[in-house]
Amino acid sequence: MQKTVNHRAWLLVLPVVLSVAFSAILPLMTVVNYSVQDILGPGQRVWVGNEWFIDTVRNPDLHAAFWRNLLFSFQVLLIQIPLGIAVALALPAKGWQASLSLVLIALPLLIPWNVVGTIWQIFGRADIGLGGYFVNNILGLSYNYTLEPRDAWITVLVMDVWHWTPLVALLCYAGLRAIPDPFYQAARIDGARLWSIFWYIQLPKLRGVLLIAVLLRFMDSFMIYTEPFVVTGGGPGTATTFLSIYLSNIAIGQFDLGNGSAFSLIYFLLIQILCFVFYTAILRAGRK
Amino acid sequence: MGGPLEWMAWTTPTALFFGAVFLMLASMALLGARNPSYARKGFLPIETTRGDRLYIGLIVCALINLAWLLATDATQLGAVALCALWMVLVLRWG
Repeated sequence: MQKTVNHRAWLLVLPVVLSVAFSAILPLMTVVNYSVQDILGPGQRVWVGNEWFIDTVRNPDLHAAFWRNLLFSFQVLLIQIPLGIAVALALPAKGWQASLSLVLIALPLLIPWNVVGTIWQIFGRADIGLGGYFVNNILGLSYNYTLEPRDAWITVLVMDVWHWTPLVALLCYAGLRAIPDPFYQAARIDGARLWSIFWYIQLPKLRGVLLIAVLLRFMDSFMIYTEPFVVTGGGPGTATTFLSIYLSNIAIGQFDLGNGSAFSLIYFLLIQILCFVFYTAILRAGRK
Repeated sequence: MGGPLEWMAWTTPTALFFGAVFLMLASMALLGARNPSYARKGFLPIETTRGDRLYIGLIVCALINLAWLLATDATQLGAVALCALWMVLVLRWG
């Protein structure tokens, strides 16, 4: 049978191409244009070459924000991945208990990010917040996220764990349910302990979903903005000034368009690289 | 200058840059249609097609340029030369 070639299907892609052009490509081109000029006002601009880029890559505050963000992402992974696996293992496998616990666990994922920030901002306050009051007055520890850099860091970290561990848990739960029963039967015949079942059956079978979980959580935490912005505003000092908060301080706070766009492009490059790694890893995990 | 694109603040170098990007995309598409590329394994840790190698090459070029800006005040042409060398390496043996 002869296949007919019909290129009209390309027309169906046209709306997406147009909307992406207007919402992403034209603005991106503008950012590139801004990054090589000093924009003084409408119609007034001076070519500066790569000066903004030099400023940006040699800016110690930006280096600090980068390492701070990297440390944050690393801690996020270190806590959320094992915790997510543990939660998934502890969840019931069947029946109404399973549905109920899945819904309960997924609740934090349904809350808008700025609302999560507001919840924790109030929860952590020493005077009216349940969490802050408990730590200060019942445990007797001094805790104030608006004054102490360490407390602000812990608050943002715990908030992220609360918000996003459910995602890891749900992914792992799906992965666990996909393991065929004969694996467990064979393990029972061999007299395997729980730990061996986990180490030799469950964990290897979770490899694919864990890969996705690690990359998703890394990307998200590397671009985190809303929650720390609402809770701490990047403070106290620069304790929780992550990359995107720093960027918006430059571009919107100081209206420093040149530095802001040079920084955006470098940030975009980093995210590009992460996306490519993410994409490649998922493709390869799917092929095996 | 004025006109409807004034808000985009175009300059000749950035226009040339994007022209080159679109030219590159178009020629890769044409080349792909004439002479499809198959994934193969080179010195990069993953199997790559021609387009993958171009993409990885360009991304690393951007990093080379930034590293050059960070490390030295010497002319940026040094970084460009390094990039050219790298592009040949990655497109041929990557």
